[in-house]
Amino acid sequence: MEEIVPEKRINIKGLVCPYTFVKAKLAIESMEVGQVLEILLDYEEAARSIPKSMEDHGQKVLKVEKINDTDWILLIRKDKE
Amino acid sequence: MDFTDDQLQRYSRHIILPEVGGKGQARISNAKVFIVGAGGLGCPVGYYLTAAGVGTIAIIDNDTVEMSNLQRQIAHSVNTIGMPKVESAKRTFEALNPDVKIIALQKRISKDDILDLIKDYDIVVDGSDNFPTRYLVNDACVIAGKPLVSGAILRFEGQVTTIIPGEGHCYRCLFEEPPPPGLVPSCQEAGVLGVLPGVIGGLQATEVLKIILGKGDILRGELLVYDALKTIFRKVKVPKNPSCAVCGENPTITELIDYNEGYCTMQ
Repeated sequence: MEEIVPEKRINIKGLVCPYTFVKAKLAIESMEVGQVLEILLDYEEAARSIPKSMEDHGQKVLKVEKINDTDWILLIRKDKE
Repeated sequence: MDFTDDQLQRYSRHIILPEVGGKGQARISNAKVFIVGAGGLGCPVGYYLTAAGVGTIAIIDNDTVEMSNLQRQIAHSVNTIGMPKVESAKRTFEALNPDVKIIALQKRISKDDILDLIKDYDIVVDGSDNFPTRYLVNDACVIAGKPLVSGAILRFEGQVTTIIPGEGHCYRCLFEEPPPPGLVPSCQEAGVLGVLPGVIGGLQATEVLKIILGKGDILRGELLVYDALKTIFRKVKVPKNPSCAVCGENPTITELIDYNEGYCTMQ
């Protein structure tokens, strides 16, 4: 599969809900439709809730991956303005 | 708009909403709202718009705080009795949200200064308690083309309507002329349930935010009537009157009118 190169990356380690989603949403808002956002986080609840909320808002979740004992990487493609 | 950490926390529940987001919150922060009256309606309207982070709020009222106000006018307190209401409200609102610029105008609005006072504002909210002011504010908003969110309360009943000049009805399409002095009792004469202005003011503040955001359906061409005793909300359609004296095709009112004479405008 082709490697996805995100247009924007944010590190929200240390943040908890709802600020994890607030930061992710503001980042998506600042991007163009079709671009991909990479989110690095360490709050497990947000690894579940951010993808769900992003889909509710019409965005596409491309990847949810636990990369080590504490951290997750999410890839979200902006599909909706 | 770049939010500070405090602002991210303060407005997080707004930013999360799909209809608001960071962009909508920025629109709220850039908005300027003019509130007529710092009484039963002006207090909750100003309070919630301050909480929402509306950038600039002007509030005009000539009265001072009295003990009898405290049953419903939630921005005031025993500590501000005797103080101008607008100053009391300004202190309360600034304590809630220092982001918001509050402009306190201690005066009675008149036909000579209203157009100048509202000219730099995006939206006007009428929370006045008397007919001369209600008609003056309506006519001025129609002439100036300013959106107006009008509210009124008495006893257990309240009304809200949103006037978008050029698009929908105005207050005179609904009621052509003020009633004769003395016909409609004032709150002072007839009483008012203290929580009623909270409901109506909350609805007015909601209309203001939806106008700012450009989201949802506002009460354009409609009057919402709330009966607190029966717990009933009714929506009444209000067509634009083509022969309305101020917003009709051939308006006869082209200058503002002061109806003050004969009306008791005491609090």
